[in-house]
Amino acid sequence: MTNNASQTLGILFQLCQSLLVVALAPLLTGWVNQCRAWLQNRSGAGLLQPYRTLRKLFHKDAVLAYNASPLFRITPYILFGCMWLAAAIIPIIAIDLPFSPAADVIALVGVFALARVFISLAAMDIGTAFGSLGARREMLVSFLAEPALLMVFFTSSLISHSTQLPHIVGTFAHHEFVLYPSLAFAGLAFVIVLLAENARIPVDNPSTHLELTMIHEAMILEYSARHLALVEWASNLKLLAYISIGIALFVPYGIAEVGNWGVLPLAIAALLVKLALAGAGLALLEALLAKMRIFRAPEFLGTAFLLAVLGLLIHFLLGA
Amino acid sequence: MSIPFTTQIINLLASILLLIAFAMLSQRRILSLIKLFAWQGLALSASTFVVAYSTAQHHLYYSAALTLLLKVLILPWLLHRLIHKLNVKWDVETLINIPTTMLVGIVLVIFAFNLAAPISQLSESITRGLIGIALASVLLSLLMMITRRKAVPQVVGFLAMENGLFFAATSATHGMPLVVELGIALDVLVGTFIFGIFFFQLRETFDSLDITHMEKLKDD
Repeated sequence: MTNNASQTLGILFQLCQSLLVVALAPLLTGWVNQCRAWLQNRSGAGLLQPYRTLRKLFHKDAVLAYNASPLFRITPYILFGCMWLAAAIIPIIAIDLPFSPAADVIALVGVFALARVFISLAAMDIGTAFGSLGARREMLVSFLAEPALLMVFFTSSLISHSTQLPHIVGTFAHHEFVLYPSLAFAGLAFVIVLLAENARIPVDNPSTHLELTMIHEAMILEYSARHLALVEWASNLKLLAYISIGIALFVPYGIAEVGNWGVLPLAIAALLVKLALAGAGLALLEALLAKMRIFRAPEFLGTAFLLAVLGLLIHFLLGA
Repeated sequence: MSIPFTTQIINLLASILLLIAFAMLSQRRILSLIKLFAWQGLALSASTFVVAYSTAQHHLYYSAALTLLLKVLILPWLLHRLIHKLNVKWDVETLINIPTTMLVGIVLVIFAFNLAAPISQLSESITRGLIGIALASVLLSLLMMITRRKAVPQVVGFLAMENGLFFAATSATHGMPLVVELGIALDVLVGTFIFGIFFFQLRETFDSLDITHMEKLKDD
């Protein structure tokens, strides 16, 4: 009975996390936008604005371009599925979830890459100039961000001797507190990757439709209604997934374990506090930084890669 | 873990030192370069203080205070005044572009770590890994001196190099005698004054701080 019961418990926890994540993702984006509005001395649209946008978009009728292929139609679903899967694999409220062994950190990077390939293909599918412009820029940014992200993962994998996220989180959360200088480097690199991958300010500006600067917005220009809603929701989920990876790697304290219902409310509360802090920090970073020229982006991301490599080297030298 | 907490802090500060050395290498503005130099001084002072605390060597407290006074307050202030008087707030010009410099920097770090590995095998102290970091930051500062065209960033590179050496001394051998440290501190201070005068002379002669002009001075 114990085996069966623990399996059921695991699935319950998994369901709990997956639903929570999908429900929370727009709220996080709303919170980041609200913080940014406050920092810019505006009153802001409110925390629930992303939900209202999603509802509005779902109620509209979708318009497709004449020459749109089936790829263009299915991409939003693939995108949303990839991000949801990623968010299910990452230990967000509990470790040892049944989905976690499905993919280690390297496969997780692969899941993000899959979503990226599809959105880029869909952007080029219609054949407008903006779509292919955005897709190319996205590829330019991501092919530099991906190795940096992998290096960040390798640093924490070296410390915990595993590429499985639950194992990494378990090592950091349950052992005695140790300062890891290599993780400080990895953390900095991760922040840069997070900014670049989620189309945040120094690399891309999420709130502009100015043709010269946009990357992410240029790719999704042709989408409307429920497709656009799914794409937006997927990018909210992506932001949440990235921040959760950051939390899992660098501040996993307070995470629950599967089957431990008593700790679950505490874990969720800790998660909410951490997400709120991370969102506010992100907004602060965006308020402080200026959008850089697109040709500066390789240098910016190169810095992330170098920092991550330095973290690895320091791990080898100091053993910490 | 078996590593005591103070050593962990020293390791962290050492990494910050290396990180700042890299940040200086990638920096395009003179003012932020000086700011970074002050931060590096602060990290150095803090690490000296922690070494002093963990080994209970009182003269290291003095050298920590000296570092704080000299490298965080006086030298940056002097440099600020210098660039104000010289009116040089332009972007730093580099000989090689910055991403390449950073790549060379990474190679230097690997080289320094490998070079220091046999030396640190000889040492029994727990902070032996730090020799590699100190060596790496010395080499990075040297790289900065080589790749910069203007005089002020070169001087900041020179001072940062001294930071690296000082860090090697405190972390690996728990500091030099106080007299030596005082002498070095005075040397650095006087050196900065002389560099200041040198800047003015340079500008008066060539109307620029670009040291490549000095090549004209030689006899053919």
